[in-house]
Amino acid sequence: MSQPIELQQDETFVLNVGPQHPATHGVLRVKMTMDGEYIYNAETVLGYIHRMHEKMAENRTYAQYMPNMGRLDYLSAMAFNHGYALVVERACTIEVPERAEYVRVITVELNRISSHLVWLGAYVLDLGGFTPLMYCFDDREQILDLLESVTGSRLTYCYFRFGGLYNDIDDAFISGTRSFITRMRKELKMYQKLVTGNIILMKRLQGHGLVDRDMCQRYGATGPVARGSGINYDVRRNEPYSIYDRFDFDVPVFHEGDSYARYLVRMEEIEQSLRIIEQALDQLPDGPVNPEKKPKVIKPPAGDYYAAVETARGNFGIRLVSDGTKNAYRLKLRSPTYSNMHLFDEACRGMLIADALAFMGSLDLVIPEIDR
Amino acid sequence: MSGYFSDLFLGAKSLLDGMWVTLKEFPKRPVTLSYPHESVPMYRRFRGHIELIGNEEGAPNCVVCGMCERACPSNCISITSVKPEGSKKKVLTGYTLDFTTCSLCGSCVESCNFNAVRFSNEYNLASTRKEDFIFDLLARLKEQNQ
Repeated sequence: MSQPIELQQDETFVLNVGPQHPATHGVLRVKMTMDGEYIYNAETVLGYIHRMHEKMAENRTYAQYMPNMGRLDYLSAMAFNHGYALVVERACTIEVPERAEYVRVITVELNRISSHLVWLGAYVLDLGGFTPLMYCFDDREQILDLLESVTGSRLTYCYFRFGGLYNDIDDAFISGTRSFITRMRKELKMYQKLVTGNIILMKRLQGHGLVDRDMCQRYGATGPVARGSGINYDVRRNEPYSIYDRFDFDVPVFHEGDSYARYLVRMEEIEQSLRIIEQALDQLPDGPVNPEKKPKVIKPPAGDYYAAVETARGNFGIRLVSDGTKNAYRLKLRSPTYSNMHLFDEACRGMLIADALAFMGSLDLVIPEIDR
Repeated sequence: MSGYFSDLFLGAKSLLDGMWVTLKEFPKRPVTLSYPHESVPMYRRFRGHIELIGNEEGAPNCVVCGMCERACPSNCISITSVKPEGSKKKVLTGYTLDFTTCSLCGSCVESCNFNAVRFSNEYNLASTRKEDFIFDLLARLKEQNQ
């Protein structure tokens, strides 16, 4: 654990990390003021890939805005699809058929696993272990193949529609998903052995990158970051949307607040997602995936609407203000990593730079989602 | 001191565990393909850029209603047509797709009521010139008919 040291401001220098740096996983710039190897403070500089996603919603129709949802958090695009579909369905009171709800849950959870697998591979790569990345990407490939076979895309999905889905899943997808679950359970045991129990990983993560409960609450951190600090909050459990209240799953919570706790939360979440998918496949009803009655032109009545979903990184909230026309009056996206990232400055003070980068990886930053 | 030895033991165990995983994978067949020489078949639903669907005579099914043009979020479809004298229906004379701005959302395919547009399975599209991504889909249909 890094020792608390007396840092002196008059002996500092500035170290620029990013905007193009492998450790930041995207175009994030961190201006670190260093006292030797120790960080005095770290200022995150954003805006390098700001694309005006919120403004775009104001001059596109509701349906036309759907493809944007795949381009915020490119690793967990399905959950963002879900959030947007949910808010428009709430606004227009569109009923979603049972089967569509189940397929939504299955695809979102598969996407969550694939997102965690990318994180795991890239994170261990950050820490200097190359091999797990290969296994993670092999497993992720199975999910991408499954999702590609139903959605047609591999990463930037535009699969959900208001009230339903672009198209239905087939038997090949169902059997493929079932065999993936069996495979993944076996692979999880392998990761447990290869990564979780590895002494280098434990020594680098345990006790480092401490984020306490209070800090999470002050910055509005959600998802695995908050759950690794003892906050038992998961939108799927606390404010159930879609049909999440029908499934039996645990919300993993660890109280240590260090990088290792966040690591364990994500690993446990993969297992819980598998459980949800398994139950959803068992209960999958027959029927249509699109509602019979659906307004041709989406024009939500004037008002203020909100929906939140749990993405792989935390609470994604979407607030829609409608003035009754074809375009949104205002669309506010509350993305999880934006809040999660901001605690980096406070938490990394006094940390060694090598630990700080290991800490940054444990926050699982996806920059296009921070810079919308 | 006991911590030192337990670390030593755990370190050796981690090393052996890692080696064991590698050893188990070693005799397995590779999961990758050597891409340009072999490739995976594309899924039926794979979304490549759109293409026009022709009828039995090879003429496009498109009736120039303009729904796909309007549905597109990034205005990447432009259609030209003529109305021959004495005819009520328009005839398609050009269907251009600017693939540089297309996000493959499928709005055009969904909005079409005449079964005139579908996704192609094209994915080998690398180029350094912008013009290579502006497709004349009518010419493509004619090519496919031949």
